[in-house]
Amino acid sequence: MTAADDAHLAFDGVRMAFGDRRVFDRLSFSFPAARISVILGGSGSGKSTALRLIGGLIQPSAGRIVVDGEDITRLSERQMYRVRAKLGMLFQGGALLDSMTVFENLAFPLRERTTLRRAEIADRVHETLTAVGLRDADALLPSQLSGGMIKRAALARAIVTRPLILLCDEPFSGLDPISARRIEALLVEINRRFHITVVVVSHDISSTMRMASKVLVLLPDGAVEGTPAELQASTDPRVASFLNPDLDAAALREVGHVEVQPGPAQGASAW
Amino acid sequence: MVTLVADLGWAGLRFVEELGRMARFTAGIGSATVRRPIRIGRFVDELFKLGVLSLIIICLCGTAVGAVLGLQGYNTLVRFGAADSLGAVVGLALIRELGPVLTALLVTGRAGSATTAEIGTMVVTEQLDGLRMMSVDPVHYVVTPKALAMIAVMPLLSALFILFGIFGGYLIGVRVMGLDPGIYLTSLQDAVDFPNDVAGSLLKAAVFGVLVGLIATYRGYTTAPTSAGVSAATTSTVVIASVSILLFDYVVTALWGV
Repeated sequence: MTAADDAHLAFDGVRMAFGDRRVFDRLSFSFPAARISVILGGSGSGKSTALRLIGGLIQPSAGRIVVDGEDITRLSERQMYRVRAKLGMLFQGGALLDSMTVFENLAFPLRERTTLRRAEIADRVHETLTAVGLRDADALLPSQLSGGMIKRAALARAIVTRPLILLCDEPFSGLDPISARRIEALLVEINRRFHITVVVVSHDISSTMRMASKVLVLLPDGAVEGTPAELQASTDPRVASFLNPDLDAAALREVGHVEVQPGPAQGASAW
Repeated sequence: MVTLVADLGWAGLRFVEELGRMARFTAGIGSATVRRPIRIGRFVDELFKLGVLSLIIICLCGTAVGAVLGLQGYNTLVRFGAADSLGAVVGLALIRELGPVLTALLVTGRAGSATTAEIGTMVVTEQLDGLRMMSVDPVHYVVTPKALAMIAVMPLLSALFILFGIFGGYLIGVRVMGLDPGIYLTSLQDAVDFPNDVAGSLLKAAVFGVLVGLIATYRGYTTAPTSAGVSAATTSTVVIASVSILLFDYVVTALWGV
C-alpha cells in the first residue's frame, strides 16, 4: 500500500504517451478533498491530458490513478460509469449537447442518473441556473449563447448532479477579464457552498494564486507541486521563471524573435 | 523491394486492426440494442431524420428511373414485338436490382453522410466525451438508434422507390407510348413472384441498411477530432458504403439468387 491508496485524488508514477510523443513520465501528485487545486503548465505540457486521465476518458501507459480512494486504471468502461457518477467535468468548449436547450442539457444527467421526479428535476435545474446567473437562458440553444454563457451553462451542467469532484478544463480561456473573474468567483463559491473538490486546468497564474489551495506545475522535465505560497517562495529556477515570466529582449531572442531596430520612418514616400 | 513488402505487411495489419475495431463496435451496438433503457424516442427521431426527410428524393428518383426504364425498355422490346412485356421488365429490374441498390446509394449520399457528419461533429466538440462523463454510453445513446433506424428505413424506402419506379414506367409506357394499362399491369403481376422477388428485394435492402448504418456510424465515431477529420470521415463514408453496396449486391445475388 502506498500513500496514493488513501488519497482523495492522486497520480502514482503515471506514464502517458501518444504514439512516440511522451507526455508524462512517472508523474506523481495528490490533491486534497474539498479544496481547489490547479494544474498549471505551458501549452502542450499535458494539463488537459491529466484531467482526461482523471475522468478515465484515456488510459495511461503505466502507473495508478486514484479517484476517491479507488484505483481507476484497472476499471472497465462500464465500471468507470460508477466512478464518473462522482465526477463533473467542465470541458474547454463546453461540450453542451447542441440539439438541446440549456434547460434540457442540465436536466439530461438528472434524468439519466437519478430517480428524481420531473418537478424535482425542474427545481434543481432552475436552482443551478440561478446560481450561475443564467436563470433566463433556460430556453436558449447552445448556439444562441455567448462564450461566457456557454462556460457558465457547462459549469451548471457539471455541478447539477452535485458531484464529489469537479474537473474544469481551461475555464477562463477565450473569455474577457470580467467573465473570467465571474467564472473564478463561481468556482470558489461552488467549492465553499457544496464542499466539492475542484481541479482546474489553467495557465492563468494570477487566478491560480488567488483561489488554489494546491498547485501542480507541469514542466517539460517533470512536475512540481505545492501551495501557492510555497511555489512563490521556491528557489527552483524552472518554477520561478514559469510563475514570473520575464520576457526581456534576451529571452525573446532566445526563442527566435527578431528585435526591430529603430530606423528611418517607412511611410508612403518609400513607395 | 523489402520496403515494399514491409509496407504491404503494415497495410495488411492496419486493415485487420481496423476490421477488429469495427467488429468490436458492431458488438457494442448489438449489446446496446438490448440494454435498458430502450431509447424508443431517439429511434423514432432518427426514423424521421433518415426516413421521412429522404422521402422526396426517393419518390422523385424512383419515378425518374422507372420512366427511363419504361422508355428504354419499350424502344428495345418493340423491336422484337415484345412491348407487352414492358411491365415485367420494369418491375423485375426495379424489384430485383435497381430498387434496393439505387435506394441504398441515395440514402448513403443523403442520410449516411449526414449521420457521419453529425457524430463526427459531436466528437470534435467533445459532446461524446461529455456523455461519457455523465455516465451515458455514447454508443447506446447516439450510435445505436441511428444504426437501427438506418436498418429499418432502408427496406421501406426501397419499397417506395420500386413503387414510384413502376409508376414512372407506367406513365411512359401507357400514357406516352400508348401501351394498354391492363397489359402493363398483368405482365408485371405475372412476372413477379412474391417470396422470391419481393421478399428477396426487401432482404437485400435490409443488408444494405446494415452496411450503411454500420459504416456511417463507425466513420463518425472514429472521426479525427478536427474539421478536416469530419470532412474526411464523411467522404470515406460515401465512398466505402457505395463500394460495399455494389460488392454485397453481387454477394447477396450470388448466394440467394435475389
